[in-house]
Amino acid sequence: MSGGAAFLFYALAVAPLAMLGILLLRERPNLREAVSMLAALVLLGINLAAYRALRAGAAMSWSSGEILPGLTLELALEPLGALFALIASFLWLVTVVYAVGYMRGHGEHNQTRFYCFFALSIGCVMGVAFAGNLFTLFLFYEVLSLSTWPLVVHAGTDKARAGGRVYLGILLSTSIVFFLPAIILTWWSAGTLSFTPGGVFAADTDPLLLSGLLVLFVFGVGKAAMMPFHRWLPAAMVAPTPVSALLHAVAVVKAGVFSLVKIGVYIFGIDQLAAVGSREFLIYLAGFTLLAASVVAMQKDNLKARLAYSTVSQLAYVTLGVLLAIPDGVTGSALHIAMHAFGKITLFFCAGAILVAAHKTEVSELRGLGRQMPFTMAAFLLASLSIAGLPPTGGSWSKWYLMLGTLEAGALALTVALILSSLLNLVYLTMIPVRAFWRFDAATGEAGPREIREAPLACLLAIGVTTAGCLLLFLFPGPLYDLVTRIPVGVLE
Amino acid sequence: MLSHLPILPVLVPLIGAPACALLRRPLAAWVFACGVSVLAFISAIYLLLATWQQGVLTYAMGDWPAPWGIEYRIDLLNALVLLLVSGMGAAVLLGGRASIWQEIPETRRPLFFVAFLLCLTGLLGITATGDAFNLFVFLEISSLSTYALVACGSDRRALVAAFNYLVMGTIGATFILIGIGFIYMLTGTLNMVDLAERLPEVGTSRTAFAAFAFIVVGLCLKLALLPLHLWLPGAYTRAPSMVTVFLAATATKVALYALIRFTFSVFHVELSILALSLEGVFIALGLAAVFVGSLVAIFEPDLKRGLAFSSVAQVGYMAIGIGIGTAAGLQASLIHLFNHALMKGTLFMALAAMIFCLGGSRFADLRGVGRRMPLASACFLLGGLSLIGVPGTAGFVSKWYLVVAAVGREQWMLVFLILAGSLLTAVYVWRVVETAWLAPPAEGPAHEGPASAPAGLLAVLVLLALTNLYFGFDTRLPVETAGGAASSLLGVAL
Repeated sequence: MSGGAAFLFYALAVAPLAMLGILLLRERPNLREAVSMLAALVLLGINLAAYRALRAGAAMSWSSGEILPGLTLELALEPLGALFALIASFLWLVTVVYAVGYMRGHGEHNQTRFYCFFALSIGCVMGVAFAGNLFTLFLFYEVLSLSTWPLVVHAGTDKARAGGRVYLGILLSTSIVFFLPAIILTWWSAGTLSFTPGGVFAADTDPLLLSGLLVLFVFGVGKAAMMPFHRWLPAAMVAPTPVSALLHAVAVVKAGVFSLVKIGVYIFGIDQLAAVGSREFLIYLAGFTLLAASVVAMQKDNLKARLAYSTVSQLAYVTLGVLLAIPDGVTGSALHIAMHAFGKITLFFCAGAILVAAHKTEVSELRGLGRQMPFTMAAFLLASLSIAGLPPTGGSWSKWYLMLGTLEAGALALTVALILSSLLNLVYLTMIPVRAFWRFDAATGEAGPREIREAPLACLLAIGVTTAGCLLLFLFPGPLYDLVTRIPVGVLE
Repeated sequence: MLSHLPILPVLVPLIGAPACALLRRPLAAWVFACGVSVLAFISAIYLLLATWQQGVLTYAMGDWPAPWGIEYRIDLLNALVLLLVSGMGAAVLLGGRASIWQEIPETRRPLFFVAFLLCLTGLLGITATGDAFNLFVFLEISSLSTYALVACGSDRRALVAAFNYLVMGTIGATFILIGIGFIYMLTGTLNMVDLAERLPEVGTSRTAFAAFAFIVVGLCLKLALLPLHLWLPGAYTRAPSMVTVFLAATATKVALYALIRFTFSVFHVELSILALSLEGVFIALGLAAVFVGSLVAIFEPDLKRGLAFSSVAQVGYMAIGIGIGTAAGLQASLIHLFNHALMKGTLFMALAAMIFCLGGSRFADLRGVGRRMPLASACFLLGGLSLIGVPGTAGFVSKWYLVVAAVGREQWMLVFLILAGSLLTAVYVWRVVETAWLAPPAEGPAHEGPASAPAGLLAVLVLLALTNLYFGFDTRLPVETAGGAASSLLGVAL
């Protein structure tokens, strides 16, 4: 074990310890939530330290004894994983603050179970981020699906149960029927599952096999929500809002696209990926997904459902970026993982704040709400700009690289699709706060409440931080960009 | 002492059973039976270590050398099965006192332990012996005592189930006996090593094929391979909880062992499954078992019966491993033999704890059990995850090897079907999870059972559940033993 690998163990140990603390302090809610916050802080600190070490050039990797002959559990930190771990742990901290306000403001039951599985899920996300081979990634990926299920069915109602079934059904099915055989085929063909810069396949691998494998991977990583396997994401919206915000806008779904980027860069290798036959078909499927999901989102009146479909659309951006198989595409994808995270979590925080403060869930009820919740609606406006990719928000950088990528790849149809989708974003997201601010005298003619009545302070604090994040990432994308350019996209000589 | 090691796991319970019959007090009988089974387990551990170090161990019964006397032959294959059977026997006896006390009337308890030890003797004897007729004798010992054990169930329907099993089991045993008789006529020997030497000379005759066919059908009946599985659900459902745990973890496994022994080492693979083109048959029946068994399990209102059908499905996976026909397939089958015993042992034992408190195993009884019995439910969940094949559990290792073996033969459809089968597993496991944790407790007067499961049962259960995790990460014992056994059976290096 190299010295730096200790960081990875510390990071993985945080979640189990936090769970233990939460369980022990279940009778004392204030201390219990303090444990969650402390754990999030510690995790962020560890990840920052790991990031510094990585920038200083330390190699961090560890592998266990053989689980199966030749196959080990491997942990390794590389730039993409560091980026993902940093974002997830930072947003966990913010979400814990938000969750305290939301869960108490909303009078939720079973809060101990909630915080426990929340910590476990984040622990699994760290595992996914630090995985050094496909087997380790798959291990944490599957446990992540299982550990978020109790959060999805938190309400315990029939609706929640039905949502939970769709959620777990699709995620388990895709991972067992597509992802696992893809891993086994990779193992059978390449003889290794380790993430290797430049890919693991020999140059003379059967092109048909590679084509098939890519399809299996893209559909198998169901968390990336590629159509037609996206239904689990809207189904997961029955969960409490903090879950939707952190897990189903950031951690879980990003674990999906993160896995795809990893597979593209470290299993196929960008150069080999470019030659895979099925890439063309998948790229257009991604293009279709991002447009179709936007169109569906427009028709959803339920705010969380609309956000969920918007996420499906944005995830397809990331998938598309990798599948372009050129450096700018990968850069755009990796940046978009970060940028979209900040934007979408803000939107979900706002949706939750609206639910807690105004008890509204439908988009059509939000007209004129700007007077009651000006801060929330302003944050919503900025975040939706970031999703659409407009300055002055971080989202513009990732969209920039993605469009550049499509142009470089000469796929004009995709460039058009990206632009079209951004326009749709403006329509179905940005119009919400616009109507909230400028359409008080809606058709009903009732005057809304005049006085300001916002969500609990903890919620507002969280919203403020993530909104500021959206803006800061526009002004200072440097550190992120620096990290992203360290991803070894070419073959290392 | 050490030179007698190969006979010890069989001899100890064989002598222990009649000795146990002399004890009239139930508690004394239980303590004695526990001691006997633990001794058998310890000797099985030593035996496995010895086979790893010294290779094949032979033992001439009564010092009569092989062609005249009965020879015991321990290689990696049966050492692994011996370990499994004696270990599960010890676990069931150690953890099962309270449950047995609840379900068996006091006067019958001492005899129950006698029957249990006889059953253990039979199963261990089948596994250890190197003599075909001796194998049949032990098969009868285990079968007869199993009928008695099943009939001990507190429900009167246990009698019908035991009778069903008796009829079918006897037919199976008869078939096996006919097959063994045929090969004895052909070769003039009953010793397995001699049989393996002499059968190739006469192996292409019709008598040899008929003999093999009789043996395969007979053993498949004991193995409960679809469509010969009809005795299994009834017997598992009606037997006392602890008997079900023991049978589910061992009886079908020993039958699978005997099938592998006859197919690959007594007959050569060219003269057995390849000559009769049974590969396709095993795969087709195995797949049918996986899907039929799982589908029935999904819709079954009684969890104990559902798990019994799940066993039918899992036997299907083992048959598929044999049907793949390569050393990798055989290895996968053996790994699943071992791992499935752990999973089903865990599941049935967790269920036994629930039945102990709730008085029944119907889904209506199990509502909200996750809150009432968190530990037993958590163990059930762990066993269930292992059954699905979630990475990090023993079940994943089984599935991995089975799929790798199928990929090695480039049978893509088979790969898909194997994995689709585990989705069905996920459905019936998750049905339990939802009932246990999300369903509100049943309305009406609650069952007046004990408030919590006995500590002994829970301790053994937790241990058993943890083995599912342990063998998901440290796979050396099942993987290397099965690999060594498979490569020596087929005479190829893996």
